[in-house]
Amino acid sequence: MLKTYQEINEKIKKGQVVVVTAEEIIDLVAEKGTQWVAREIDVVTTATFGPMCSTGAFINFGHADPPIKMAKVWLNDVPAYTGIAAVDAYIGATELSETQGLSYGGAHVIEDLIMGKSVKLKAVAYGTDCYPRKDIETHITKDDINQAYLYNPRNSYQNYCVAVNSSDRTIFTYMGTLLPKIGNATYSSAGQLSPLLNDPYYRTIGIGTRIFLAGAIGYVAWEGTQHNPVQERAPHGIPMSSAGTLALIGDLKQMSTNYIRAANFYRYGTTIYVGVGIPIPILDEEMVEFVKVSDAEIYTTIIDYGVPRRSRPMLGKVSYGELRSGEITIKGKNVPTAPLSSYAKAREIANVLKSLIREGKFLLQEPIERLSLERTFKPLEISREGI
Amino acid sequence: MVRKKLVLTFPPERVDKPITYHLVKDFDLVINILRAEIHEEEVGRMVLDVEGDEERINQGIAYLKSQDVKVQEAARDITLDEANCVDCGACTAVCLPKALRLNNETWKLEFDKEKCIFCELCVKSCPLGVIEIKF
Repeated sequence: MLKTYQEINEKIKKGQVVVVTAEEIIDLVAEKGTQWVAREIDVVTTATFGPMCSTGAFINFGHADPPIKMAKVWLNDVPAYTGIAAVDAYIGATELSETQGLSYGGAHVIEDLIMGKSVKLKAVAYGTDCYPRKDIETHITKDDINQAYLYNPRNSYQNYCVAVNSSDRTIFTYMGTLLPKIGNATYSSAGQLSPLLNDPYYRTIGIGTRIFLAGAIGYVAWEGTQHNPVQERAPHGIPMSSAGTLALIGDLKQMSTNYIRAANFYRYGTTIYVGVGIPIPILDEEMVEFVKVSDAEIYTTIIDYGVPRRSRPMLGKVSYGELRSGEITIKGKNVPTAPLSSYAKAREIANVLKSLIREGKFLLQEPIERLSLERTFKPLEISREGI
Repeated sequence: MVRKKLVLTFPPERVDKPITYHLVKDFDLVINILRAEIHEEEVGRMVLDVEGDEERINQGIAYLKSQDVKVQEAARDITLDEANCVDCGACTAVCLPKALRLNNETWKLEFDKEKCIFCELCVKSCPLGVIEIKF
């Protein structure tokens, strides 16, 4: 191995580290070659800023007097889950308001808390000898509560499909508005800047990796839900459709709405744009081969969302280079393309992380454990009870 | 004499019909086509300034509806709150005249209002709700 994590961290502490973004490294490798880059560059920063439904926050409210063991809890009329300890709750991004419907949800509660806004807390309970109170209504801000941390079961998808709609009507999906008769195509990945597309076999991104999460320091907590490393891969190792995922954790109180934003997909519901930045150490030449990948070499699969089934028809493969050109060809027809994930924000985050590392404010953490390369993503079969 | 700004949406099977010709000839209306996006086999949209006798305008609108053309009064303005936009690009998916597009160097959203045909599809498609219609 050319460099170790310890050596790179020593350089960071001394202000001697050389960091570039996953976008800048592409031309650098083309110009100077793999060997030179492996020797001279220490860290490559990757980032993404896309809608990630599997996001939420754990909160501890503190105890009222007399105390309550909350059985049902609402934050700004959005239900949160409190089937854990008395004043612990989890608010999920896609949970909808009981008074405002699709336009306000858990994502907005999280955003309001991060902004420092006051949020209405309401809870009911059945009352116990140790927790006699049966209801409570008050207001909280992030400064009043105890712990508040994001725990996102699935973020940073390693690639994602392109969505089109072959049906005769416009459909409204989590992939945006899809026009009839394949009238448009949407995609959602930062491509060449995306974390797991720059480390296809999870060599440096694993459990314990320190990350930039929505403006705060965070960590990879576990493999993400629906982690699917066995997805079909191109010869250079990059999956051709959605594959690996990450479960992420970070302190909500340190986050900024510049890097996390509540969203609402028309007739779908609420979700949240999450900004994630992950540094990749250039340990050796193999890592250079991974991070040098560009949009033209990363492929994904076109899926027909006009068929409302689990297994939707696949209409071919396309590169991010083609998608970014604004038009692709499907079945001989020119189809305009549009992203849902912000490349401008991903680039901003990659640059912010680069600065943090250069300024000695962000050290790299070697994964404590690697993510699985064998896990399969199982479907849910509908069976009769007892069979 | 009254004047109205209308947005017409044509189903693909009506795109080849000379509908504006009938508005002029059969209903005596003065028509100014402000914007048009009409392609064969696709939904077509047209923004019209219509001037004429009020009753004749209403008859013209009834004729359009009988031809399966959707008729809406046009919005006066569409605004983009740039400070709150995250440049995701979701709105560009539905903007067929490409008034909303991502700059392919900065990847920031640009709004060229001259190309807008006030179809309002972007308003619903913006996940952050930063595009608004003003009547």
